Amino acid sequence: MTALSAADWQAIQLTLTLAFYTMLLLLVITTPLAWWLAGERRGLSAFSYWLRTLVQTVVALPLVLPPTVLGFYLLLLLGPQGVVGSTLQQLGLPHLAFSFPGILLASVLYSLPFAVQPLQQAFEQLGRQPVEIAASLGAGPIDQFFTVILPLCRGGFVVAATLSFAHTLGEFGVILMLGGSIPGQTKVLSIAIYDHAEAMNYAAAQQLSLLLLLFSFVVLFVVYGARRKTGSL
Amino acid sequence: MTALRIKAHWQRHHFSLNIDTILPASGITALFGRSGCGKSSLLRLIAGLEMVRDATVIFADQPWQRQQNFVPLHRRRIGLVFQQSGLLPHLSAEQNLLYGFHRVQPELRRLMPADVIRMLELESLLRQPLTSLSGGQQQRLALGRALLANPQLLLLDEPFAALDSLSKTAILPYIRTLVDETGIPLFFVSHDSREVEKLADQLVLMDGGQITEQSSLTTALANPNNPLFDGSDIVSLFFGVPAEKDSWGRVPVLSNACCLWLGDLTEPVPISQGQVRLSIRAKDVSLALSPIADLSIQNQLPAHITNITPYRQQFLIQLQLADGQLLQAEITPYAAAQLNLTIGKPVIALVKAIAIR
Repeated sequence: MTALSAADWQAIQLTLTLAFYTMLLLLVITTPLAWWLAGERRGLSAFSYWLRTLVQTVVALPLVLPPTVLGFYLLLLLGPQGVVGSTLQQLGLPHLAFSFPGILLASVLYSLPFAVQPLQQAFEQLGRQPVEIAASLGAGPIDQFFTVILPLCRGGFVVAATLSFAHTLGEFGVILMLGGSIPGQTKVLSIAIYDHAEAMNYAAAQQLSLLLLLFSFVVLFVVYGARRKTGSL
Repeated sequence: MTALRIKAHWQRHHFSLNIDTILPASGITALFGRSGCGKSSLLRLIAGLEMVRDATVIFADQPWQRQQNFVPLHRRRIGLVFQQSGLLPHLSAEQNLLYGFHRVQPELRRLMPADVIRMLELESLLRQPLTSLSGGQQQRLALGRALLANPQLLLLDEPFAALDSLSKTAILPYIRTLVDETGIPLFFVSHDSREVEKLADQLVLMDGGQITEQSSLTTALANPNNPLFDGSDIVSLFFGVPAEKDSWGRVPVLSNACCLWLGDLTEPVPISQGQVRLSIRAKDVSLALSPIADLSIQNQLPAHITNITPYRQQFLIQLQLADGQLLQAEITPYAAAQLNLTIGKPVIALVKAIAIR
């Protein structure tokens, strides 16, 4: 193996940064979302029921949609001519296409189901009773979260964090559509590999691919291993 | 007296709740009814766990819910105990016990862990892992935990439903003790008439999402058509003070001029201010016109007949004992005719010592 080039290092660093922020944002966003989705279905009004079904469907969409479709729509939306992009520009802000914030937003959407589903499952398994008990004992919502939900659903949080991180590492289609290949901005590992292969630079592509393969393998291995040990994941 | 004002009209799919009432909040109140009658929903409404629009819940002048005003459960100071104890599995027994206590401002604490540990005999449970506690022990711990959160009201949703009959019998006296010692009003949901007979002071009957009757337990038991007796035997209660057992191990329970002998008092009976509550099935009471010698039945209580009603295929005879308490006897029409029973007639009620629970 030859040493990685500076550009490759930059791609690695960018990918890790992207995956890390995506994971962080997803944990913050999906905790309340998954809690709401995990709520009792019995006795919901028709409106709440269909609203929840709608949200559940939208959350799961990235699982089945080709990433290029998601990327394409985001490009339309966030680009200089898009509704969001042009509004941002009118406010004196940059539009989001071909930028790091843009691909961060895309990653959050793209990995959404990988954070929501483990959390929702953990919350459904927990049920509402422990939280109701904690409330009756004088614990407010924040207190309930840190002393009951978090410790009892630790496994769900670990899986959600790991999967959203790992899934973002492997993101390609969305970023290709929305981000292009700007070094240090949007040129993540998968794009770098693609560029290397396009340029017939197979050795470099091979090196990065192997790195990604090993890393993904180790992450998943550790997660599934920990699950067996604690038995609670 | 503290009261609980509840008003709610709630419709969802196949279920509706229509309540507009004032419940006295003192002692032990049983919410009794079949599954699906709305008793658990009523409890959850009181606790603030069901968002029922336009409902009103006022406890002792504190509006817990009125118009736009909604106090969340964690500020209502309600102790909750469910069918499954809901002990938090990531905490130890002791951490569970003190979870609520730590969240009460020190100046508001009325009960201390030591009091509750003594009252519910929790000492030995605190050193054990949660998984080794029996269902009854877990419920006791859950009760202690609820008490230490300094509640103004205790709500128990089918608290004994998951317990075997032995554990159930064992836990009832603790409930009585804690209510008597702390004075905290307690509501419990039940579909088991035996629990109600053993524990309740007041009875709230529910059917189809409505409260159909609200009375003291003594009044409720005097009505043979009370839904409490659907599918179970008619029972009367006898309240008295137990005295020293005699050399045969028999225990006399006294109430003014009346004395009821029990085989023993080993089965824990809820005791309130020194008083025990005994239940006697109407089927276990025989009648005679005069005292009978040479008989194995040890309780021969003078009484007079206050009411005679046909009941199922038999007759139900209601009696007033010398101390004024009600005793009911179920006898065949043939026996009633043989003895020529009429209202006002003095009789002797015969009760086997071992038939008293």
